[in-house]
Amino acid sequence: MTTSTRGAARTPAVLVLEDGRIFRGRAYGAVGETFGEAVFSTGMTGYQETLTDPSYHRQVVVMTAPHVGNTGVNDDDPESRRIWVAGYVVRDPARVPSNWRSRRPLDEELAAQGVVGISGIDTRALTRHLRERGAMRVGIFSGATVPDDAALLARVREVPPMQGADLAAEVATTEPYVVPAAGEKRFTVAAVDLGIKGMTAQRMAQRGIEVHVLPANATVDDVYAVEPDGVFFSNGPGDPATADHPVSVMRAVLERGTPLFGICFGNQILGRALGFGTYKLKYGHRGINQPVQDRTTGKVEVTSHNHGFAVDAPLDQVSDTPFGRAEVSHVCLNDNVVEGLRLLDKPAFSVQYHPEAAAGPHDAAYLFDRFVSLMEGQRA
Amino acid sequence: MPKRTDIQSVLVIGSGPIVIGQAAEFDYSGTQACRVLKTEGLRVILVNSNPATIMTDPEIADATYVEPITPEFVEKIIAKERPDALLPTLGGQTALNTAISLHDNGVLEKYGVELIGANVEAINKGEDRDLFKDVVEEVRRKIGHGESARSVICHTMDEVLAGVDELGGYPVVVRPSFTMGGAGSGFAHDEDELRRIAGQGLTLSPTTEVLLEESILGWKEYELELMRDKNDNVVVVCSIENFDPMGVHTGDSITVAPAMTLTDREYQTLRDIGIAVIREVGVDTGGCNIQFAVNPEDGRVIVIEMNPRVSRSSALASKATGFPIAKIAAKLAVGYTLDEIPNDITRVTPASFEPTLDYVVVKAPRFAFEKFPSADSTLTTTMKSVGEAMAIGRNFTEAFQKALRSLEKKGSHFTFVGDPGDKAEMLREAVRPTDGRINAVMQAIRAGATPEEVFAHTKIDPWFVDQLFLLKEIADDLAAAPELTADLLAEAKRHGFSDQQIAEIRGLREDVVREVRHALGIRPVYKTVDTCAAEFAATTPYFYSSYDEESEVAPREKPAVIILGSGPNRIGQGIEFDYSCVHASFALSDAGYETVMVNCNPETVSTDYDTSDRLYFEPLTLEDVLEIVHAEQQAGPVAGVIVQLGGQTPLGLSQALKDNGVPVVGTPPEAIHAAEDRGAFGRVLKEAGLPAPKHGTATTFTEARAIADEIGYPVLVRPSYVLGGRGMEIVYDETRLASYIAESTEISPSRPVLVDRFLDDALEIDVDALYDGEELYLGGVMEHIEEAGIHSGDSACALPPITLGGHDIKRLRASTEAIARGVGVRGLINIQFALSGDILYVLEANPRASRTVPFTSKATAVPLAKAAARISLGATVAELRAEGLLPARGDGGDLPLDAPISVKEAVLPWSRFRDIHGRGVDTVLGPEMRSTGEVMGIDSAFGTAYAKSQAGAYGPLPTKGRAFISVANRDKRSMIFPARELVAHGFDLLATSGTAEVLKRNGINATVVRKQSEGTGPNGEKTIVQLIHDGEVDLIVNTPYGTGGRLDGYDIRTAAVARSVPCLTTVQALAAAVQGIDALNRGEVGVRSLQEHAQHLTAARD
Repeated sequence: MTTSTRGAARTPAVLVLEDGRIFRGRAYGAVGETFGEAVFSTGMTGYQETLTDPSYHRQVVVMTAPHVGNTGVNDDDPESRRIWVAGYVVRDPARVPSNWRSRRPLDEELAAQGVVGISGIDTRALTRHLRERGAMRVGIFSGATVPDDAALLARVREVPPMQGADLAAEVATTEPYVVPAAGEKRFTVAAVDLGIKGMTAQRMAQRGIEVHVLPANATVDDVYAVEPDGVFFSNGPGDPATADHPVSVMRAVLERGTPLFGICFGNQILGRALGFGTYKLKYGHRGINQPVQDRTTGKVEVTSHNHGFAVDAPLDQVSDTPFGRAEVSHVCLNDNVVEGLRLLDKPAFSVQYHPEAAAGPHDAAYLFDRFVSLMEGQRA
Repeated sequence: MPKRTDIQSVLVIGSGPIVIGQAAEFDYSGTQACRVLKTEGLRVILVNSNPATIMTDPEIADATYVEPITPEFVEKIIAKERPDALLPTLGGQTALNTAISLHDNGVLEKYGVELIGANVEAINKGEDRDLFKDVVEEVRRKIGHGESARSVICHTMDEVLAGVDELGGYPVVVRPSFTMGGAGSGFAHDEDELRRIAGQGLTLSPTTEVLLEESILGWKEYELELMRDKNDNVVVVCSIENFDPMGVHTGDSITVAPAMTLTDREYQTLRDIGIAVIREVGVDTGGCNIQFAVNPEDGRVIVIEMNPRVSRSSALASKATGFPIAKIAAKLAVGYTLDEIPNDITRVTPASFEPTLDYVVVKAPRFAFEKFPSADSTLTTTMKSVGEAMAIGRNFTEAFQKALRSLEKKGSHFTFVGDPGDKAEMLREAVRPTDGRINAVMQAIRAGATPEEVFAHTKIDPWFVDQLFLLKEIADDLAAAPELTADLLAEAKRHGFSDQQIAEIRGLREDVVREVRHALGIRPVYKTVDTCAAEFAATTPYFYSSYDEESEVAPREKPAVIILGSGPNRIGQGIEFDYSCVHASFALSDAGYETVMVNCNPETVSTDYDTSDRLYFEPLTLEDVLEIVHAEQQAGPVAGVIVQLGGQTPLGLSQALKDNGVPVVGTPPEAIHAAEDRGAFGRVLKEAGLPAPKHGTATTFTEARAIADEIGYPVLVRPSYVLGGRGMEIVYDETRLASYIAESTEISPSRPVLVDRFLDDALEIDVDALYDGEELYLGGVMEHIEEAGIHSGDSACALPPITLGGHDIKRLRASTEAIARGVGVRGLINIQFALSGDILYVLEANPRASRTVPFTSKATAVPLAKAAARISLGATVAELRAEGLLPARGDGGDLPLDAPISVKEAVLPWSRFRDIHGRGVDTVLGPEMRSTGEVMGIDSAFGTAYAKSQAGAYGPLPTKGRAFISVANRDKRSMIFPARELVAHGFDLLATSGTAEVLKRNGINATVVRKQSEGTGPNGEKTIVQLIHDGEVDLIVNTPYGTGGRLDGYDIRTAAVARSVPCLTTVQALAAAVQGIDALNRGEVGVRSLQEHAQHLTAARD
């Protein structure tokens, strides 16, 4: 009769938002409790990459795609050494994974890594709520007995908010390591790890770059100790307003005119280094279908995003900065958010989105080639 | 960069009649395109021979030509209209092929017409298999992914046989080049099959070319829909995964959007290949569809094919995502780029994004094998389905079960009661892909099959197999539970179980389950299709139901009218009904109502999100409709529900809706009963003093025999309450009557069989009329070309009637009015009459919009469906005349003498079907409808109009050459005059000995040819069938000998289909064809737009 697969998934779970809205569902992954900032991601593929993206540290991710776990878990696709999301919200988890690369089911993996999730709730209603009210704190509680709602709400409201959170050091590597170039080595890049994704280093390695990944607290001396042809600042979690240390390192790099490339958090750091402000978006961009226009070519690329903060820079003019003229090179066509910065007098640029695209479309892979050209230009 | 300024006028080519593989989706895409181009200020010229389409409505284009889509006729239109550009990518393969012909024969260059939307090189690269292989190879070189199946191109049978060895043996796939819907392709497992399939393929291919390919049966199959603009921006609109693995045409597969079983890496590989292919092919302003096969063992990707145009899958993708591909394609074609076009649904974001779905879409095909009992029902790479239903749910199981019940076919949804049968046998049955395979799989699961066994036998992906197990487990829970609890019911509803299914499992009545469910507060909510998974607020109310938490239906002020559509296309209920529903929506919106459309057919204009104020993409079952009515009543006032425009589907719900307190407007359910119930209708006729053929109803053979004995053979027998003449047959003797009753499964005490006297040789007449309770508006009178006994849907007809006089019309008008009044119609009624021995018999009355409403509307330039919708909500004929919706005076019964003549001709799908031995199916017409679509020919004289209808339906009538005549004895007299005419036009006649003898006695020379049964002659004289196969016959006249011995002409008629030689199977058609040939030979046949015809007609009336 009732099979065990469905029976086990019937442990009750409850999701409590800081504004008091409550969703009731069933436990998914580990049973227990978890807290974080509730954000939604609209990608229809790539849950494994999302779960292991360090930028999702301390966030509870709501998947808008209803079916999650269909292709199981393999050992090739993770973007880092572990799952980073603080909690996972899905509507219809797979009971049986199906893919020739799959090694184990997703719910097992979540449970093994202690990730508390909830399934069977109206994820669209939750997404619409977050869209209208903005990203907010959340708690998920699962188990045979769950305390009353008021107590849960009180605990959710004790969680520190994302604004003002300095999290890069929590996710970054503590020891430097090297990703060797694929094939012949052409360049050396110092990559400051603020929560770097595995694919980013790979995309560079594919282009003959030996990538020296350095901890988030790396100093200017550490950076130049590897004799880099270029310096890279990665993506990462938290509020860019707290990232004073990487900002100061970047300023030093800009001073010296070493080719520089930043992604996501790295874009916000470049913005700050140039003197622009950053701000928190109401509910952020998280998905793999965002149209971004490259303002130099007019072409539109469909891109992978994961950012809750953005740079506040003027769209319609070139700005004067301590490092010369700077312009907004890319914008999101959905809402005109700054998606890229470029210095006109120095070899430095950055994008807010994810050209390494894991998960996501490969339209923006040309940006790694641009980085290579900058380094080539510097050599010539 | 905005719109091009050098284009002022555009010619759009439609797709012609609905055929298998090319259906209503092109009306949807063409209509969107025409509207967009018109909004852009361009003069839009349209050609489409299909009158049942919205796109041929006079207000959609500036000049609408209902003319044959042949290079000859399109050239005439180009010469007359001199368009700047030609847009060929929205009318399917027909439009694309026509455009290529016009390019190749220099017409486009001669008149300076620019091809937009696709260039000739791109079309060739996409369509020509050899060139496309090069494209794929180049893509692999550039990005390192994608390959073609190993294959050989062949032009002769010898090359075909050699090719198999080259590929390493059987099975192989055979694909003819340049045919639509994969016509003529299939799997060959041995040499016999190879000779048959490849032989036919070489014939079907306009370039006499077939491709042999390694077998990738059982691989996973995917499709991507892409769009590209002139700045090389590319977006992937939708991914589609086929539930049925490789081996079944995607049009015949259950398909799912988005793809369910790909990781991001694999999906991105397909996306990269897709983008590289569209660039390499060079589709620079528009959309395309690319199909992939993925090896489930190792992920090897094969690019199967691409369509460099809007396709059936594009229509599905548009409905599945809310991204209007055809509309955007039209904008790109006139110069816009994707980032310049706003997304209609969010309004704030541009079209240069990729839709993301937070729901699951399932499409299921609708077949019509019951119409072709001798056809092989195995699904192959040749498309055989006649329609499809789409459903949306928040998970796969919900969408899947909704899609299956949307098919509205007995046994289409899963049943979980009764003996599932033997496991091994069910698994064996599941191996062969057929219409009912999915049910066999479920029964196998119920009989104890394991997921591994199901996969091994079907190659259906294990994730989908598990979803079937999930359904079965819920069914088990439902069956085992001591009572229906809220949790249990909610869980079942979340996975798409209908009240009816739950009732069946629990042994309850459906309405009892519904009551329990409502008492427990379990009702669906309605979610929005918004292209962006709720990331942005949507402004377009495009809804689907789900058993979830939060509903998104907004309150409204204005009274709403809910229009029930017609569901999946099928033979007997097609696009014509969609036409009427769309018109109702337009008319009621103009009249100040909020219009709410309910339908589940993704191919249609009615399910376009901007046709009505609100769209519910939902099954048309009582449960689903009641929930929508409830939701809308919560949202604001509901003026009523319209059931009379969507065909039998909504009409069948009428009484139950009323019983549930739903306000049904227009003709009330009691009146519908009065027309459909034999006894009640008989009383209406009796009161009005109108004769019907003698008839009776029987539930047993004994009763039927008694009736037949009394009224005399032949008799027409049929089950009650059917559409499209399902199961209808002319029975000539008692033996056949006995076997008919024995074979029929539709007969039961509550569903008796009707036995009517069959009026041999009668003239059949169709009437469409409006009635408001006081006044009758005779919409049009159609005279059938074929005699009574051939289903009206399959018969050609002329409007105005070509041989009826004023007295006949007067009688028809009086009878129609008496019936409309007697039945109690408020809106449209269609009545079929038969004129026999000067007695006007009433055959049947349908108190709803008929199949002919669009034809009648276009032939008389009066929007009947719009008027019907208004009358349903209380307007009178007099008011509508005053308003100008109907003509101020006169009607379709008193058209001026010089009104144009319109001829409707049916199009039949013979060439699609083969029997299990691979032979064609017979083409003889009968009382059961089998046509899939229709064309219209319109001109000032009957002959010309008929010739145009033939050219539109089957290709031009020959004007000279060899005509073969072989007719039944009863037709021999009426054959003589037309035969003489053929000779006068210079035809050489061929005839079988009996027919030749009769001709000779009447002074007409005919060469005697050998019958098939006589075999090749001593000196190698060919039989008639060989002559046809060798292309030595230009016209065939072959009427069947009675109905018992139908096989006599079988080989002749199937050969005619195989060689596309015009084949007339009634003498009436011969007489009409002779008039057509005469018109063609007399000289130039002109073209004239509907707008010009309408002007002429209005002027003549005044």
